[in-house]
Amino acid sequence: MANTGAPTSTIFRRPKQSSSWTDWLTTVDHKKIGIMYGYSAFFFFVLGGIEALILRLQLAGPDGSVLEAAEYNAMFTMHGTTMVFLFVMPIGAAFFNYMLPLLIGARDVAFPRMNALSFWIFIFGGIFLYSSFLFGTTGPPAGGNLPGGATDASWLGSTINGGWFMYQPNAGPRFSTGTVLDYGSIGLQILGLSSLIASVNFIATVFNMRAKGMKLLRMPVFAWMTTVVAFLLLFSLPIIAVALFMVTFDRQLGTLFFDTFQGGDAILWQHLFWLFGHPEVYILILPAMGIVSEVLPVFSRKPLFGYPAVVFAGAAIGFLGFGVWAHHMFSSGITPVAQAAFGLATMTIAVPTGIKIFNWLGTMWMGKIKFTTPMLFSLGFVALFVVGGLSGVTHSIVPADWQQTDTYYIVAHFHYVLFGGAIFGIFAGLYYWFPKLTGRMMSEKLGKVHFWLMFIGMNLTFGPMHWLGLQGMVRRTWKYPEEYNFGTWNMVVTVGAYIIALSIAVFMVNWIKSKRKGVPSGMDPWDARTIEWSIPNPTPEWNFGVNPEVQGLDDWWHRKYDDDEEGRPVRKADADAVIAQFHEQGVNPPAPIHLPSPSYFPFIAGLSFLAIGYGVIYHTRGWGLPLLIFGVVLLLSSLIGWSLEPIEEEHEEVHA
Amino acid sequence: MWFRSTRRALRLALIFVLPLTLASCVGDAPLDSLDPQGPAARQIDNLSTPVFWIAGVIMAIVWGGMAFALVRYRDRGQAEPKQIHGNAKLEVLWTAIPIILLAGLAVPTVQTIFDLTECSTDAMEVDVIGHQWWFEYQYPEEGITTANVMVIPAGQEVCLNMTSDDVIHNFWVPKLNGKRYLVPGQQTTLILEADEPGEFWGQCGEFCGLSHALMRARVRAVDEADYNAWVARMQQPARLPIDGKPTEESLAEAGLDQFQGICSTCHVIDGVNELDNPVGPNLTHFADPYRNVFAGASLETTAEHLAEWLADPPTVKPGSFMPDLNLTTDEIDSLIAFLLSLDPTKEH
Repeated sequence: MANTGAPTSTIFRRPKQSSSWTDWLTTVDHKKIGIMYGYSAFFFFVLGGIEALILRLQLAGPDGSVLEAAEYNAMFTMHGTTMVFLFVMPIGAAFFNYMLPLLIGARDVAFPRMNALSFWIFIFGGIFLYSSFLFGTTGPPAGGNLPGGATDASWLGSTINGGWFMYQPNAGPRFSTGTVLDYGSIGLQILGLSSLIASVNFIATVFNMRAKGMKLLRMPVFAWMTTVVAFLLLFSLPIIAVALFMVTFDRQLGTLFFDTFQGGDAILWQHLFWLFGHPEVYILILPAMGIVSEVLPVFSRKPLFGYPAVVFAGAAIGFLGFGVWAHHMFSSGITPVAQAAFGLATMTIAVPTGIKIFNWLGTMWMGKIKFTTPMLFSLGFVALFVVGGLSGVTHSIVPADWQQTDTYYIVAHFHYVLFGGAIFGIFAGLYYWFPKLTGRMMSEKLGKVHFWLMFIGMNLTFGPMHWLGLQGMVRRTWKYPEEYNFGTWNMVVTVGAYIIALSIAVFMVNWIKSKRKGVPSGMDPWDARTIEWSIPNPTPEWNFGVNPEVQGLDDWWHRKYDDDEEGRPVRKADADAVIAQFHEQGVNPPAPIHLPSPSYFPFIAGLSFLAIGYGVIYHTRGWGLPLLIFGVVLLLSSLIGWSLEPIEEEHEEVHA
Repeated sequence: MWFRSTRRALRLALIFVLPLTLASCVGDAPLDSLDPQGPAARQIDNLSTPVFWIAGVIMAIVWGGMAFALVRYRDRGQAEPKQIHGNAKLEVLWTAIPIILLAGLAVPTVQTIFDLTECSTDAMEVDVIGHQWWFEYQYPEEGITTANVMVIPAGQEVCLNMTSDDVIHNFWVPKLNGKRYLVPGQQTTLILEADEPGEFWGQCGEFCGLSHALMRARVRAVDEADYNAWVARMQQPARLPIDGKPTEESLAEAGLDQFQGICSTCHVIDGVNELDNPVGPNLTHFADPYRNVFAGASLETTAEHLAEWLADPPTVKPGSFMPDLNLTTDEIDSLIAFLLSLDPTKEH
């Protein structure tokens, strides 16, 4: 990029690249941001997992006495909130960040500083939510009494406890006293803002930053699914933002939107929540579908079967996802016409989902299947997601859902989709792209141990829940009596949950060991198909030494292979030379490359949300309002500083 | 390689067969939604059973296809595969088949939704009011107010008109029908009918706060004669202890004093007190043999459980609107005697 007459400013200087820890605070490199997203999301995954393990102790046998009711409610709420907002969404963002530019041949995302802003808002939103353990208070509903005449639950119970769905009026000011649900509603608002900013960024990236020749229908499926997810976020997050503002106003200012004693409406909240919440489900699963669509062809050594169909099915799922929300409310008393309409709409989702599954099968069919760890996780994804998809169809049979809704059958369903689906897909992606991060391979041996433990643990945990639900075990149930006869299966479920925990420990050992001592991966360890493997591992700071020019779908593969007259791939004579040439270009770029300079402002702007959040909750205390004003001023001044910051500081080129 | 795939097949088989085998060993579950005992539940069951089967078959096809592909096309050093990019015919096929299948399921689904929505005109009516954390039942025509156990005549359709006094609850008696919300400020309806006399268990389905898990319900279906007898005795004022009777009655009489002094601010006993908007359940016929549970149907009505409850309600039922009243052992004993004497089937 030409760099003549770059504006310099004496007020704001941009920080320089360095390798110190401040570099991580100021970085705008999509790869570093992706890595930070990944580690922090995984940290929250462990927290959410620990919460699940605590829940499972309580439910292992009838009349469990491990947890108080308040603690149980807090644990299941934090488990759900953490897994949805602090693990699956941000780890999706980690993949988007790290991989999307590499997949479309770009050097960074469209708005690097905004990208950093998304990350820091997410981090401070997560810290804010979890700080409710320390500072939050919770009481009985107005007029009720806690055990032992207590006025606040224990620290374990004093965190967000209205369910991740925060149904009104239960989560309103009358029935949820104390501050924890303020932490919940404001915390989710902050996290939503982070995702909203990210979605705009990814959309702009996909539409503006693609390499030459990278037409939309030449993009890898994962890039496509990222795009669909970004649009889902863009259209669904404003809905929950409005709804959360209504709750916050109800709780802070007494606006009575949902106060049924004063003419407010309890069902309205559910419509708003699920109008966001159902697209949210696809926000969680589509990235994993994208990953699997990358991995299956590579290890079947065949192109993805029906690429356009897979892409359009993904987009169709996105569209349809906005028209089915009321299937979460079939027992709420909405009219039979509404129930029938939403039931039928829900059924239609099965069609594009089925298309994807059959196309994945078609990809494997007649292939040459290599059972690597990423492949095993992708196969696990397909096998388990089918179960979740089919139980989903049984919910669309509305009268059947009158029995199933709010039972463990639903819990089983969405864990097959989100654990068997999303999380298996995420692990497939982690194993598959690990060399891109580190230049090393993960241990296949430990990877397989991880897979089998997780596969078995997953089925032991969530398989019996189908049965428990049909036997009448309702959700969010703190304890169940002996007479319900749920004891045996709940014990199996608890054992399964601990097997999953063990498998995650194996993964962590594998990650740490492989990062240090893994076998060096070289350029293209999987003999892959897409252009992210045309650059060295680990990814150089500038991604592509030479801006790539894409000739077609699976461009990298076709640089290495020709098809013979039968349609079988034949490795080109100069394939090794091509790889070596790309490696050389990647390591020693022939021309100077300009990279965006780091900035302090995203971090500072993110930090200001912490002050704003606490300020809103404690605005009635002496220090609350000043804190709120401080936060707003900090935010505004960091945004002003941001906009005055010179676009390019001096001449900062990265030379090899 | 061969033994690996066999092991896989065996394991998959185990995953399927084991649950079914174990499930058959476990005794029955009182909330079993697959054991319909009334017309509505049966209609739902008839609709959902074939769907479960169809889903099972599709799952078997996909898993079978996958297992076949993984065994047949695993890497055995064979030639590189043909680079097939797709097949339009196949893709149309696996788009069309699900559409046809779903269209087939849609018709009975919509029919059943409408069938199970409207109560018939000769249905008996019961009003259900949800409270944190117990269900109240009012019989508008009979003028009866009771809690926790709903008594209905077997073989008679009952139309439940439901609402809530606080948060959203969800009334569910799985063997008789699916769930329906109780929404504050709104009214919902649910059809309830039991084929035969029997006791059917229920549970609040929607998360409703601290003691959601303890918000349970019973529906007792009885034959018509028993039902009429029950209505008749429920319409009587409470059976109160009388002066100068045996010791247990005098203990109960002390309990009545306790009630008037403490309990009557929240509870009503017909013939003792009146309240505009009682916080707690109506206790008039608390010890009627049909009303065999209390505290949101989470405890059997026995002296032991009553002692536990009266000593410290919020510990038994977290969040309870009944506080720890710091009752002495004597007060508790007399209250128990009084409460257990509130049985309209007993003679004086």
